[in-house]
Amino acid sequence: MASIRELHQQLINKERSAVEIAQEALERIQQLEPKLHSFLHITADRALEQAKQVDAKIAAGEPIGLLAGIPIGIKDNLCTKGIPTTCGSRILENFVPPYESTVTQKLADAGAVTVGKTNMDEFAMGGSTETSAYQMTFNPWDLERVPGGSSGGSAVAVSAGECVVSLGSDTGGSIRQPASFCGVVGLKPTYGLVSRYGLVAYASSLDQIGPFGRSVEDVAILLGAIVGYDPQDSTSLKVKPIDYAKSLRPDLKPKGGCVIGVIKETFGEGLDPTVEQAVTKAIAQLQDLGAEIRVISCPNFRYGLPAYYIIAPSEASANLARYDGVKYGFRADNAENLVSMYAKTRSAGFGAEVKRRIMIGTYALSAGYYDAYYLKAQKVRTLIKQDFEKAFEQVDILVCPTAPTTAVKAGEKTTDPLSMYLLDLMTIPVNLAGLPGLSVPCGFDDQGLPIGLQMIGNVLKEETLLQIAYAYEQSTPWHQYIPKISASRS
Amino acid sequence: MIDREQVRKVAHLARLDLTEAEEVQFTTQLSSILEYIEQLSELDTTNVVPTTRAIEGSNVMRADELIHHADREAMLECAPDRVGDYFKVPKIMNEES
Repeated sequence: MASIRELHQQLINKERSAVEIAQEALERIQQLEPKLHSFLHITADRALEQAKQVDAKIAAGEPIGLLAGIPIGIKDNLCTKGIPTTCGSRILENFVPPYESTVTQKLADAGAVTVGKTNMDEFAMGGSTETSAYQMTFNPWDLERVPGGSSGGSAVAVSAGECVVSLGSDTGGSIRQPASFCGVVGLKPTYGLVSRYGLVAYASSLDQIGPFGRSVEDVAILLGAIVGYDPQDSTSLKVKPIDYAKSLRPDLKPKGGCVIGVIKETFGEGLDPTVEQAVTKAIAQLQDLGAEIRVISCPNFRYGLPAYYIIAPSEASANLARYDGVKYGFRADNAENLVSMYAKTRSAGFGAEVKRRIMIGTYALSAGYYDAYYLKAQKVRTLIKQDFEKAFEQVDILVCPTAPTTAVKAGEKTTDPLSMYLLDLMTIPVNLAGLPGLSVPCGFDDQGLPIGLQMIGNVLKEETLLQIAYAYEQSTPWHQYIPKISASRS
Repeated sequence: MIDREQVRKVAHLARLDLTEAEEVQFTTQLSSILEYIEQLSELDTTNVVPTTRAIEGSNVMRADELIHHADREAMLECAPDRVGDYFKVPKIMNEES
């Protein structure tokens, strides 16, 4: 499927209608879903209705924005009024939100065409989309492998061309890691840049919504459409919206003054040699483009993962207390009293990984353990943040691998939760510090699986991040490859 | 690290009924996760201020005005069980208490 700009051009030239573009996306979904399972709900009627409205605007000679008529996938933890929002969980199986999230409202206002809600790890807890209560999603580059997670459905839908762009959420790497595994671009914005109103909460001090696209430009356009202050989200930042796509240039800016730091601690033990090779090559490419490369030490980087597995489950155990079978969602039958109804509902409604994290969080916050676990993790969070602050005194962005490996086989990590957690080793510290992070394709391993380069920016430096990622992307061929499964069609 | 008795206690606090098999599995898995987390103790954090939020902000205030939030009927309709404008739940107290 074409880029946002190409489709926009076709629309305003009246070469194709928005309905035709929507139909093409829906046909591809029909064709590919039996193999990929990236969607939980397909919203064909709504998509065609939205597309008709765009066509009517064009016919009336009204101006349309870049996203008008563009097919988009929405992660199933974003509330969509009148459309099921399950979060990949049985406990929300029959939940149809009575309200719309801020980001999906913004997209609807921009004329984007919602083709469906994408599969995800249950409550965004997981790194492979295997903890979804409904289905497994498969990697379009190799159907025996996972797409990464938790936003696996959103990454696959874009990678396979079932839609042009999609939204995911990223608490510890849930956008960047699946982007890396599926060979697409994924961005986690600065904490607070995008409103979380209507995003089902996992770990509120870390959660952030962000875009997936097959190119940096598509991601920049989608980001521009979802940012902005929202009084409905008390952590929303009061910053002026930026047109990120406008400032993209094929060369590095500032010319000659771009300093890129390589995080020393992300190389070595545990890093797949083919990933290391591709990332090293990408760094050399950035140098060729005129960037100055400096090796930077972030000594506390590796403590991000253990700190995260205190902080995120603790916040989750509080956030998920709301699923009690009273106000919405699933309720277990045959409870003799209220308390047993809570426990029966939660035990039947939550899957194993969600229970595990609720248990860790409840334990860490329970009497006598708070200082040893939660407080300690918050202090370590400070140390990690300080490492980044120091680094950004001398560099514009930091780079490292997005994930230590390429996509793993389905079922490979499900028996040992800790081995699954390690897939997020490189992405988690970025969430802890609230920074923007992006994954851009930087090559393939010897089995033809995509590899991602992670770029990390300073607070609210999305523009710099996207500029450097764009210059890199335009100087390499990686974004032009598409998985065989979707190559049979345009 | 964590024994089965503690797992049972934590499950109760979290309002989860675990099966025998889950109890056994969680005891092993939570122990290995907590053991992994234990490496945080390598770091000296004596004088470190804890971070509670990713990006520092100030208190967000607004005027205390009554505003229409969302459709009341639509929200009540989401409930598994209701009577009129109330959520209906199983009985809260036992007969004898």
